[in-house]
Amino acid sequence: MENHKPSKDLFVPVERTDNDSEKINRPSLSFWQDSFIRLRKNVGAMIGLFVLIALGVMAIFGPYMNSYGEFEQDLSRAKMPPKVEGLGWLGMDGTLSSVQTADTLEKAEQKAYMRFNNQEEFITLQTLNDGSNGQPAEVEAEYDVYAAKGMEDQSFWFGTDGLGRDLWTRTWMGTRISLYIALLAATIDMIIGVAYGGISAYYGGRVDNYMQRIIEILVGIPNLVIVILMILILEPGILSITIALTITGWISMARIVRGQVLKLKNQEFVLASRTLGSKDNRILRKHLVPNVLGLIIINTMFTIPAAIFFEAFLSFIGLGLPTPIASLGTLIDDGFKSLQIYPHILLFPAIVISLIMIAFNVLADGLRDAFDPKMRE
Amino acid sequence: MTRYILQRLGYMIITMFLIATFTFFLMKFLPGTPLSAADKLSEEQQAVVLEKYGLNDPVPVQYFNYMVNLTQGDLGISFQFDNREVTTIILERIGPSMTLGFQAMVIGTILGMLLGLISAIYHNGFLDYGSTFIAVVGKSIPSFVFAGILQYFVGVKLGWFPVALWEGWEYTVLPTVALAIFPIAIAARFMRTEMLEVLGSDYITTARAKGVNKFGVVFKHGLRNALIPLITVLGPLAIGLMTGTLVIENIFAVPGIGEQFVKAINTNDFPIIMGTTLLIAFLFIFIILVIDLLYGVIDPRIRLAEGE
Repeated sequence: MENHKPSKDLFVPVERTDNDSEKINRPSLSFWQDSFIRLRKNVGAMIGLFVLIALGVMAIFGPYMNSYGEFEQDLSRAKMPPKVEGLGWLGMDGTLSSVQTADTLEKAEQKAYMRFNNQEEFITLQTLNDGSNGQPAEVEAEYDVYAAKGMEDQSFWFGTDGLGRDLWTRTWMGTRISLYIALLAATIDMIIGVAYGGISAYYGGRVDNYMQRIIEILVGIPNLVIVILMILILEPGILSITIALTITGWISMARIVRGQVLKLKNQEFVLASRTLGSKDNRILRKHLVPNVLGLIIINTMFTIPAAIFFEAFLSFIGLGLPTPIASLGTLIDDGFKSLQIYPHILLFPAIVISLIMIAFNVLADGLRDAFDPKMRE
Repeated sequence: MTRYILQRLGYMIITMFLIATFTFFLMKFLPGTPLSAADKLSEEQQAVVLEKYGLNDPVPVQYFNYMVNLTQGDLGISFQFDNREVTTIILERIGPSMTLGFQAMVIGTILGMLLGLISAIYHNGFLDYGSTFIAVVGKSIPSFVFAGILQYFVGVKLGWFPVALWEGWEYTVLPTVALAIFPIAIAARFMRTEMLEVLGSDYITTARAKGVNKFGVVFKHGLRNALIPLITVLGPLAIGLMTGTLVIENIFAVPGIGEQFVKAINTNDFPIIMGTTLLIAFLFIFIILVIDLLYGVIDPRIRLAEGE
């Protein structure tokens, strides 16, 4: 390639003053602005954030979107499949289907009718295999439950459970309660953990020594055991589950805060503040805690899904919230009882809990990256 | 090192003692005796039953007896099953739990490591995003939800494996898979981070400069060094699996410790609750100890640091 050399008179010297050379061209960003910009670039974390906001909104307003109450039982409408107008193609058309096999077509059809109480007028049969090619005959039956019960004018968006309670209302009420327990537990963990870790590290010496010995013993006790034992004495309930979760939950927070404060407390800005006459209390609140805040937020974000998991877990081993209160855990536990025939009872709470857990984890990962100054471009 | 081990053993004994004491007095506070269901018994009969369980003694004596028996491996008699010793019941049921936990642990860590390895080798490529996604989903979705999916689709719809019970090898498949998803996710995430760090280090560049092929670099120089820190996650993994088995055994009706524990909770069978709690606590503490010690033994850098 030919090398063009531009002539020198095309160039004009730039007028430079001392002021210009020191000028800061990029806007000055605080730590939080900078982190937020990085977080916004993280697609996964943003999706997680929006999913959480959407689920949060549904947890607040969802139960009021239809006219069915959370505890409204009606056995005549028990175990109705989900039905949403216009979403029939998703399988939410209010029908139950079942594939029956038998030696002959006739027998298979008979079995299919039997399966749905012989209400032939509401059953549509579809022959999958007429049995002529040596294989057993297969018939798929579709049973329009809403028509059979004369409830065409109604639609339960998520179906109903074994007692005829609307699952849409119960799922969102359950989400609300699960989120409430998790947020409450995470907040309490945060307060205790930050106070304990901060005091332990800041005062150091003998105080730190004793406080750390206590933590070392507590860490050795499996939180699973503690949580179960606490629930056993406290009687299951929203408050007792929250207390049980926080009894060991604050320890990891305390350790993280302690480590960070130990690192920070000998730095010059703390010394400067002290020289200017700040009291311990002020140094902790104004200088140390804000600098640990990033880590505190990340850790809390990981605590919340853990708390949601534990709440559901407790429901599973029979220590969950007492009936009839709905939480994601009790709903899932309930769904397992009729999983084989009515999978929809398990489906929706399972989807919601999975979404919450994934969203929190992705968002927490994103925040961790965003708060890490090494990731700055 | 010896001093460190002794110190750790000391803590372990203190912790076990505290847990045993705590559980004992907790059980004393709880309502319900072996008599709960048998109100029709006459007073003499009640006294006989209470005598059998040693419940007529004052609480401090009961506590002392319990502790002495505990050191001899005697956990008392079950309320629920007449005349059956808790130790025997637990020993009978430890097999399935161990099988499940062990299979899930081995399969999970190996698959997870492979996923993490693929992620690191094809960093920022399609395969990396794929396996990172699997890892995030696997870490987030609770094992019981995953168990439900498996049970319905693989068990009921496809009919490939039995949905529940415990009668042979094929019965272990679904619960093992349901449990393994957690170690897969954790091992994959961890392996990816470690491997990326190792592959970026100077000795890898040196090896490459000297003409070692990609395979040799990744497996001989990279993998070996990335494996060491993996030991640190084995502890939390094992604990996660223990938590998981409690629910998974119930979902798949596996006759293991977890299932017995839940039954005991629902029937107020305190001796079994206490026995299982102590067992879980012991395993938990023991695993952490072993892994901490193992870590020191395997990584020469840690040994050196302690020697200084």
